[in-house]
Amino acid sequence: MTAVAEPGIRLRRLDVPAVLKEAGLTALVIFALTFGLVGFETLDVPGGIDINTRFGDVAAAVAFGFVGRIALILLREHRPLPVLALAPLAAAIMLMLLLSETLFGPETGAVLKAFIPFHDPIVLWSLAIVAVFFSIRAALAVRDMSSGLSLEEREERVDRLGARVQRGARLLGPVLLAFALVFPFTPFADRQMLDIAISVLTYVMLGWGLNIVVGLAGLLDLGYVAFYAVGAYSFALLATNLDVSFWVALPFAGAMAATAGVLLGFPVLRLRGDYLAIVTLGFGEMIRIILLNWYTFTGGPDGISGIPRPSFFGLADFARHASDGLTFHEMFGIDYASSQRIIFMFYVILAMAMVVNLFTMRIRRLPIGRAWEALREDEIACRSLGINPRNTKLTAFGIGAMFAGFAGSFFASRLGFISPESFTFIESAVILAIVVLGGFGSQIGVVVAAILLIGLPEIFRELQQYRMLAFGMAMVLIMLWRPRGLLAYREPTIRLGGDRKAGS
Amino acid sequence: MQHSFAYFLDQLINGLTLGSIYGLIAIGYTMVYGIIGMINFAHGEIFMIGAFISIISFLLLGAAGVTWIPLALFIVLIVAMLLTSVYGWTLERVAYRRLRRSPRLAALITAIGMSIFLQNYVQLLQSARNKPMQPIISGGIEVLQQEDYVVSLSYMQMIIMVLTVVLMVIFSQMIARTPLGRAQRACEQDRDMAALIGVNVDRTISLTFVVGAALASVAGMMFLLYYGVIDFFIGFLAGIKAFTAAVLGGIGSLPGAMLGGLLIGLIEAFWSGYFTVEYKDVAAFSILVLVLIFRPTGLLGKPDIEKV
Repeated sequence: MTAVAEPGIRLRRLDVPAVLKEAGLTALVIFALTFGLVGFETLDVPGGIDINTRFGDVAAAVAFGFVGRIALILLREHRPLPVLALAPLAAAIMLMLLLSETLFGPETGAVLKAFIPFHDPIVLWSLAIVAVFFSIRAALAVRDMSSGLSLEEREERVDRLGARVQRGARLLGPVLLAFALVFPFTPFADRQMLDIAISVLTYVMLGWGLNIVVGLAGLLDLGYVAFYAVGAYSFALLATNLDVSFWVALPFAGAMAATAGVLLGFPVLRLRGDYLAIVTLGFGEMIRIILLNWYTFTGGPDGISGIPRPSFFGLADFARHASDGLTFHEMFGIDYASSQRIIFMFYVILAMAMVVNLFTMRIRRLPIGRAWEALREDEIACRSLGINPRNTKLTAFGIGAMFAGFAGSFFASRLGFISPESFTFIESAVILAIVVLGGFGSQIGVVVAAILLIGLPEIFRELQQYRMLAFGMAMVLIMLWRPRGLLAYREPTIRLGGDRKAGS
Repeated sequence: MQHSFAYFLDQLINGLTLGSIYGLIAIGYTMVYGIIGMINFAHGEIFMIGAFISIISFLLLGAAGVTWIPLALFIVLIVAMLLTSVYGWTLERVAYRRLRRSPRLAALITAIGMSIFLQNYVQLLQSARNKPMQPIISGGIEVLQQEDYVVSLSYMQMIIMVLTVVLMVIFSQMIARTPLGRAQRACEQDRDMAALIGVNVDRTISLTFVVGAALASVAGMMFLLYYGVIDFFIGFLAGIKAFTAAVLGGIGSLPGAMLGGLLIGLIEAFWSGYFTVEYKDVAAFSILVLVLIFRPTGLLGKPDIEKV
């Protein structure tokens, strides 16, 4: 043990009673946390509720907490070897139990499965992942002890990784775009995959839109979904009442959302950051409540149905037989297929998202974009330099809202039905999570986060019910570990001093 | 009918009951904001967890055959306060302690993450359905009868108001007289200075979360008794309204939190009684916006100067 330690790290003697006491305290806290809510399950029975006990789960959680705490202490005290030996073993046992039925056949497998403390395989999987994580940390600790890396150096290394990814993004971006362009024609793009891809792209667009507000201008907007709702309802009402087509209504929906953004933003944008966040949350809920209760105008909880789908730029419809005018397949002289509409929708949302992306990348070079970023860093300095904070923030807020409005009308025309249910605070939180996890202000990060957060749970349906749990946990962990976002490394938009290329 | 005094009195009683619940939650927001300057967005979830622990305790006591209601109430109160305060403590220890010196927005995002996490944690463990409970305290006294409109003050409402007053007296005495209260006030004024003169800052902040969570759990129990039904989502709206109450009263000020809670409860009750029930939440949010725009320091708050 001491042979691997560098002189820089002094090994203290391990105080076994103290370690046990600390681990015991952790176990006690976990017991208190889980006893009430995990230990007893409220069951719905006719005429009331009944209680079921799950003490096995509590005991298992306490045991895992105890062992995990000891492992953490050992890592902290620079004794990673026992952890390195035991954690992979634990991970292996966990995986073996999980896969026992496929490994040993159904009979032995069923016997082995009885040893599993939790009923839910996902909990076991996450335990296995934690064990793997411990092994990696122990392995890293062993390596770092011989190389003598300090905490700052390690931080720096992750920073450099972020920088590499950002530089790689310049290559990754076009590759991803090219992939997206040919995606509908690849063999595995069936109807379901296309639907998922359209969902992911909608969230990418929303994430890029919110990125302007949160990432560039530094205004935490918790009610972003309100502008999404304004756009969706503007289009839906125009289309169902006045028979306006998607392409005509789109700019109008964007303008409505932007107006809503400016009107709401005007009185509140001078508030300090965290107050602003709560007020925007309040506005988001207000708009939802109004949509829910203004029955004569918005249809209340029933929503609006029968929203028309977009046509091929007003030239042709995606129908087998045209009611009036041309159909898409007749126009191009190809056979009718129901997938044509979906593929078209995919390209529409891809184009809309790319417009947002291009706009953001360009506006960061303009004075207004620079002013946003400067305002985010130091408002008082900006004010003394003559930037009008309110107007600058208002443009960011309005533009972000406009893009949400565009996305909203796309959403309405894609589903053909909207109701206030689709515009709850949770949606805002999901979009914010995408921006936060992607790293504020990072365009490619938003894409990666949207694929991870929206695409994965759509593909693996079993994960669906754990999705929000993982969102919350990920938001906390990322803020604790890297408060600027997972792969946040921002190349300064402009450099003084001249020896490097400015703004590249 | 709507113009009679009896109707007014009825709304007043409802408002004061509701206001007591909001006030108890608002204290948690205002204390945490006073000491570490962050909005503990997950505080509403602590309230919800308190309500869930209460309903489980009531059911267990019912199964164990404890039928004397004062004893059952007392046991549930103690159990809910104890178990919920562990959640408050863990929340601070795991999620907030490391972020104490980081920007406010990072702390707020963490708090939102914790709120989403706790909501879904309870939903996964206890299912998303409504959890109804039989009313255990019924009856009340008749306060006033005007024509055929009877205003009554139920025993439940009396218990809620009396319990709130008792807790507020204990709590303000704790802040004013005990070493913990002194340490809290010291940390609120200047955390570094307090540490220099020997106040254990970490412990004080932890205990602040514990006390806030304990009060929120009592509010959760009251909510359960008053409405008779809870679900995993009650913490969101109640949390926002209680935060509005804390801001209205002046965030950081303890009497302000109670006053703000009562005002929000009264506004909600009168709005529902005289205008429309559907828009009562809009009323609460509008007040939040108006207060923040025109009087950001609230009714009893001190001005807050933003430093470079």
